[in-house]
Amino acid sequence: MKDLFELFITFARIGGLTFGGGYAMLPILQREVVDIKKWTTTEELMDYYAIGQTTPGLIAVNTATFIGQRYRGTLGGVVATFGVIFPSLFIISIIAMFMNNFEDSIVLQNAFAGIRVSVYVLILNAVIKLWKKSIVDKVGLLIFLLIFSLSIFTSLSPVLFVIGAGIIGLLTKMQRGERLK
Amino acid sequence: MIYLQLYYEFFQAGLFAVGGGLATLPFLYDISDRTSWFTYEQLADMIAISESTPGAIGINMSTYAGYMAAGIPGGIVASLGLITPAVIIIVIVAQFLNKFKDNQYVQAIFYGLRPASTALIAAAGFAVVMIDLVHVDLFQMTGSFIDLINWRALILAIVLFYLSNHVRLTKNLHPVIFIAFAAAIGIIFNFAEVAL
Repeated sequence: MKDLFELFITFARIGGLTFGGGYAMLPILQREVVDIKKWTTTEELMDYYAIGQTTPGLIAVNTATFIGQRYRGTLGGVVATFGVIFPSLFIISIIAMFMNNFEDSIVLQNAFAGIRVSVYVLILNAVIKLWKKSIVDKVGLLIFLLIFSLSIFTSLSPVLFVIGAGIIGLLTKMQRGERLK
Repeated sequence: MIYLQLYYEFFQAGLFAVGGGLATLPFLYDISDRTSWFTYEQLADMIAISESTPGAIGINMSTYAGYMAAGIPGGIVASLGLITPAVIIIVIVAQFLNKFKDNQYVQAIFYGLRPASTALIAAAGFAVVMIDLVHVDLFQMTGSFIDLINWRALILAIVLFYLSNHVRLTKNLHPVIFIAFAAAIGIIFNFAEVAL
């Protein structure tokens, strides 16, 4: 029970200290979970990140589940995850409550019109980073262009794109594998 | 039963969004299209708030979106829906980690998924950019090409892109600082006015 409480508190602190999402969480995780608690190693942490980026769900949640599971079994995974999301639930609920009162404020509207521009730039920066990691060959470029244009010009569900891309990846690799034999 | 619907919608986003918090964006746009829970503009505000407050961006967005739909319980239910598939999948994956890492079929699927998630995030970004940077309505009203583009926003975007990528002094600054700077510029130059 004490172990679980410790897991919860540690991951709540990690969640509360991370600004900017999953990527920004890595240095804080290293400090809290590898250096201080020694629940995992840096190498394992990198593996969790790699898997967390390619399996469904949020990187932060996936990593928390991995480490919690490793330290204290399935229940540990669930408790660590509740810990990492707890600050978000708390802080965002409060902000959302106050935003409703300020919806008519011209100052806030101006601020958010400016903030939106910065968010586009941050998303563009994130996409450039992702591009470097994910578009490694012509097939990758083709998948990118296909899904990018289909997302913009059709209203098909993203679910279809994800399933389709998985199938294309599988078929491409299988075809290449056969050629190797 | 709105809580059940919220849980289901965010469960679906959590199951199919591969590549972290921003990958849930296209699913949120999809939800916005099909429900009256929140608008595209509110979504853009949610992204800004989610990026500038602590925590996982995806959870911040699900809490906010759920709150817009059904108050504080809505925020909690939406977030639980979002994390449920990931927790189940990772618990299973963690138990078979070694097998999973070496499985060529799984590797092959991931090979296709990475560019797909990049494309989904890029398209989601593109959709919101079009709302703020290009004013088709105003252009149709005035017929002037100068009105087609929101110049103030475009200039701010170029400055921020340059500062966050090419200026040594500023490129490693925390995103919160760029967001705060943009907020100040928005207030000083009445950015909301331009959209009307």
